Amino acid sequence: MVKRVIVVVYLGLLVLWPVGLVVANSFADGADALVAALSDPVVVNALWLTVQVAVVSVVINTVFGIGVSLLLVRHRFPGRWLLSVLIDLPLSVSPVVVGLAIVLVYGGVDGWFGPTLEAGGLQVVFAAPGMVMATVFVALPLVIREVVPVLREIGDEQEQAARTLGATGWQVFARITLPAIRWAVVYGVVLSLARSLGEFGAVKIVSGNLINRTQTATLVVEQKYQDFEQTTAYATAFLLAFAAVLCLVVVSVIRPKEGS
Amino acid sequence: MSIQVRAVRKRFGAFTALDDVSVDVPTGGLTALLGPSGGGKSTLLRVIAGLETPDGGEVLIDGLPATHLPVRERDVGFVFQHYAAFKHLTVYRNVAFGLEIRRRPAGEIRDRVGELLRLVRLEQFADRLPAQLSGGQRQRMALARALAVEPRVLLLDEPFGALDAQVRKELREWLRRLHDEVRVTTVFVTHDQEEALEVADEIVVVNQGRVEQTGPPDELYDRPATEFVMRFLGPTTRLGDALVRPHDIDVRLDGVGVPGRVDRLSRVGFEVRAHVDCDGQQVMVTLDRTRAAALDLAPGRAVSLVATSIGDPARPGTTRPISAGTGASGAAEFHP
Repeated sequence: MVKRVIVVVYLGLLVLWPVGLVVANSFADGADALVAALSDPVVVNALWLTVQVAVVSVVINTVFGIGVSLLLVRHRFPGRWLLSVLIDLPLSVSPVVVGLAIVLVYGGVDGWFGPTLEAGGLQVVFAAPGMVMATVFVALPLVIREVVPVLREIGDEQEQAARTLGATGWQVFARITLPAIRWAVVYGVVLSLARSLGEFGAVKIVSGNLINRTQTATLVVEQKYQDFEQTTAYATAFLLAFAAVLCLVVVSVIRPKEGS
Repeated sequence: MSIQVRAVRKRFGAFTALDDVSVDVPTGGLTALLGPSGGGKSTLLRVIAGLETPDGGEVLIDGLPATHLPVRERDVGFVFQHYAAFKHLTVYRNVAFGLEIRRRPAGEIRDRVGELLRLVRLEQFADRLPAQLSGGQRQRMALARALAVEPRVLLLDEPFGALDAQVRKELREWLRRLHDEVRVTTVFVTHDQEEALEVADEIVVVNQGRVEQTGPPDELYDRPATEFVMRFLGPTTRLGDALVRPHDIDVRLDGVGVPGRVDRLSRVGFEVRAHVDCDGQQVMVTLDRTRAAALDLAPGRAVSLVATSIGDPARPGTTRPISAGTGASGAAEFHP
């Protein structure tokens, strides 16, 4: 009983109360703040950009994540161990460092091959490609970490059986492997989406925070807050929190199905 | 369709799984690859299927080179020890899988799957998921799935290994009958000598990556080429220097043979096992109850032992005289 109270109080102080206050502040004047925020073109543009960057990043991370998972679990090759360590790197490295690293490599003025790319017409830093890159990097391990254990658990006998029955590599993947890992993939996608929507540090450095052009929702929250437009900041923050909670609800609905 | 394996070698790191293995499987036969765990028999089966690539040697299916043919072009049906059921598909869709891959017309698939489900007695389970079946049913489904594409050869890797004893016995009798009906060239891997002796037309004994002996069950049992084969196929005991089967020793009271004293008697069903102390050497003899009663065997009784057949590897070709008594106790070894 005491333990339960401690846990509830701890989580209440740390999570529930602050997030609750964001909601309370957003709705202090009824839905006015939310309506005002959603009629501010800067906020709307930022939300739309956030969704675009997040969706593109999630698609890339899903395709790449499933591919890397198959490589890690189903193949033996030199450097496999190193690859699996590298994949966890984004979890331990600060997003700010990621942002700086991308600027160092792709920066249009003095990056490694940023100037070359820009001469070719592709601007990476302070533009959408860099923001996608940064978001992909920070959310990279999430799909892989969900899919790898499931792939290990199901083993490769079903895949071998399908091959003896005449299936090609692609048919084996589409008809046997993918259905077997589908819930892990969905779970990984939802987590990646939540992470991508909420990314701040890496994107702030890479995007240049240009209003209406490279400013995402999290960057708008910071800017509005500092510009004393607290109600707009809270309303936008509420939308981000709402999206995250929605993701968690989807995940918790999916979770029990994994067992069956 | 016949299968020829010629001088196949396969290593996994420092471990030699197959060392210059050659095997001929005749068309339409039911062949067992028998041997202890880790002896290379499963690797051999997987090499035939194309699931492993040999380091050297070649595989011919129906006289044609198959060594470098991908799995899906080999036309083999493969049954795994742990069923490898497609968990997200119904029994019907599992069996239909190979036909769907081959884009056969829907009507043909329906007829063929129905026919196979009847053959493996799973018609009423067509709409179930594999998780809702027992182990034996799952393995029958796996067999139907492998047979659906009319493979040139059927390969089974310890097909009954994961099942409990009763179901295993039932299924292997059923496999024998099924094979008599379907007549597809079949190779199955087992470490259970009883299973091999009961089901197979031909047994290949594989040990430490090599073929020890190949032949029909009776020949291997009666004329083992090596001590290993003799030991692996049934119980053995030593009488003097000779390795003999415990039921091939005649217990006598007239003093002819090696003298000894009964140390211990135990009864298992209708079989009696006597441990006889012959001047320090423990010899095990099995005889049936009637014979033991006739001899009035009891611990401490002086007897003498004569080998009625010597399965000495140094003397291949020794035939075993089968008297009514030893024959019955021999059967008892395998039907406890």
